[in-house]
Amino acid sequence: MPSPRRSLPASRRDVPGIDERRQELGRGGKIQVTEPTMPRTPLEPRFAVDYLSILDSDGNLDTALEPEIVPDQLKRIYRAMLLGRRLDERMVRLQRQGRIGTFAPIKGQEAAQIGSVVTLARTDWMVPSFRETAAMLWRGWPIEKLLLFFAGYLEGGHPEPDQHDLPVAIPVATQLPHAVGLAYAAQYRGDEAVVMVYFGDGATSEGDFHEAMNFAGVWHLPIVFVCQNNQWAISVPVKKQTHSRTIAQKALAYGLPGIQVDGNDVLAVYAASREAVERAREGDGPTLIECVTYRLGVHTTADDPTKYRSEEEVKEWERKDPLTRFSAYLEKKNLLETGLEEQVDAEIARSVAAFEATGPADPLIMFDHVYGTPPPHLVEQREDLARRLDRTATRGAGGTTKAPPSSPPMRGQRTRSRWPS
Amino acid sequence: MAKLSMVKALNLALHEEMERDRDVVVIGEDVGVDGGVFRVTEDLHRTFGGKRVIDSPLAEAAIIGASIGMALYGLKPVCEIQFSGFAFQCFHQIENHAARYRMRSQGRFACQLVMRMPFGGGVRALEHHSESEEQFYAHMPGLKMVVPSGPRNARALLAAAIRDPDPVVFFEHKGLYHALREDVPDEPETMEIGRAHVVREGHDLTLIAYGAMLRVAREAAEVLAQEDGADVEVIDVLTVSPLDRSTLAASVQKTGRAVVVHEAPRSFGPGAEIAASVMESAFLSLEAPIKRVTAYDVPFVGFAREKTNVPDVDRVVAASRETLAY
Repeated sequence: MPSPRRSLPASRRDVPGIDERRQELGRGGKIQVTEPTMPRTPLEPRFAVDYLSILDSDGNLDTALEPEIVPDQLKRIYRAMLLGRRLDERMVRLQRQGRIGTFAPIKGQEAAQIGSVVTLARTDWMVPSFRETAAMLWRGWPIEKLLLFFAGYLEGGHPEPDQHDLPVAIPVATQLPHAVGLAYAAQYRGDEAVVMVYFGDGATSEGDFHEAMNFAGVWHLPIVFVCQNNQWAISVPVKKQTHSRTIAQKALAYGLPGIQVDGNDVLAVYAASREAVERAREGDGPTLIECVTYRLGVHTTADDPTKYRSEEEVKEWERKDPLTRFSAYLEKKNLLETGLEEQVDAEIARSVAAFEATGPADPLIMFDHVYGTPPPHLVEQREDLARRLDRTATRGAGGTTKAPPSSPPMRGQRTRSRWPS
Repeated sequence: MAKLSMVKALNLALHEEMERDRDVVVIGEDVGVDGGVFRVTEDLHRTFGGKRVIDSPLAEAAIIGASIGMALYGLKPVCEIQFSGFAFQCFHQIENHAARYRMRSQGRFACQLVMRMPFGGGVRALEHHSESEEQFYAHMPGLKMVVPSGPRNARALLAAAIRDPDPVVFFEHKGLYHALREDVPDEPETMEIGRAHVVREGHDLTLIAYGAMLRVAREAAEVLAQEDGADVEVIDVLTVSPLDRSTLAASVQKTGRAVVVHEAPRSFGPGAEIAASVMESAFLSLEAPIKRVTAYDVPFVGFAREKTNVPDVDRVVAASRETLAY
């Protein structure tokens, strides 16, 4: 049966021989302690971190903890997880075929992403790192836009004007202080908005993580930190990343609550996230949620995990697959739709076709967003490139650089240039 | 002699230097068990163990900061920052401390450490995986900034950097890692840091480049020889800072014309310093203004458009023709 909330010790292991060492110091050390006049006193409160699991790997449920989610929403959640999984698999194939570049697959982390992101309102803010494809789809990023991004076109990183999402941030942990700033600004303006920020286990070693957590605590901000602990930062396992027993407990140092959840259990992730979002919205401050999950695939499509981890370990985690588990739960509730995979695959196929039909816009747009108003030297450099492109185009096949065909701009992209023609 | 790629040549230098000096340690993300994401540190962990080849937690600032501490104690760390685009997360350690400890402690301490960073574009990579940032380090007094252009000089310069008493930022162009194989001598070899090399002699024009742009410059020189009958000299800068000003001056005093090529954005880049230096030392020999062929002053443009931004042979040939015709 799944284990409900249980408390975890804060240190990875007891230090062996520590009591003997203390006694020895007392006897033979320079400080002879006979009658302690200023003894160490335990501080209150004693810190503890909860672990939450609702649905075990066979789809068995702890009914006392089952969150209330309406059937339609349960179906939407499963569809989003499935879409995330199937698109991921398709993207790996597209990358192998050279149709998109390197990207970071999400396989295995669908519950951690969807279980958390669905608790946000559209007016809340979502701040991704670089492995949140499933969460980004839920937030309304069109598949073809994500594909364009991973095919090396910056147009794919453009959020819609009404979308409260930041684009992908690649340098690890650097997006965390931005989320803190968004939350401060929302609070400053008196908006109801909550900020949810994603990062991995590796990010918790970076200074930006600690600085962001500290700011969030000091300023008591409406923010939810969602750590997808997928066990591996490329080749470095989490036990070589931190000596803490959990990542959740790091919150305690900054005076905020931390909770560890079974990150492959979408109901547990959902329950913890909803609680954290409600706390944030009610002015009760930030929360750190550690989703214990697993990267079933490669770090990025440039990585070879056989160098550093065993087949058996991967197989063991495949048995805890978040999709299998959730579909078993839905089946028992009679909520599993037939033909869903085909539906999702058809949606992906349509988007891939649209992506491939969307030729890139004019290369001159590389100058469009450097500054609000282009300074003179950039106007000159743009003219230089325009001349070069003209020259290449008129010279035809002999040139080493070919101008891509012009095509309709992406949705949300400016159609008229601010540049003098 | 063995024909090696740049990755293998760098790996050879690391093996040799670790063999030679017990104080040399390697530290970085994924440099141990994984052998580095580009395999430059392959087999070091197996050969020298986890105490000398350290898989660190994911924190650039602590990698450089802890390496500074190790260096102050007398070790010689070779740190790997996985991509040069992530080095801004340790920029304060490099600028505030690595570059300054000798000065601050008035010679009592120095930071003998090498900061290896893959840099440069052309590998279909995402943002922060394709940029060129050598100008930032070249601008820091106290640091040395080295950029090899091929397997043999990469091996020799890395060995020299490890033995150098000052902190060295060592840029390895990702596009060169597997681009060519070169004969590398069996015996350990070093090259003097701070020395540029004339790799092709000529009398009409000096092309100055480094890293992956050296090949572009050499190809452009070939095109100019074939199509224009121009006799072009090509200089491989190799050390961006301290710059080998005398080699550059001697060349331009002879040719009277110069074009500088780099992948970094144009404004305030190494091309500006090189042009100013040549102007100061060879002004009376100059027959034409010194031209720069560089990336535009834009942030990462997306790898799909990289080719329109990074200098290519066509652009270098065109700039050279204008300079020759001036």
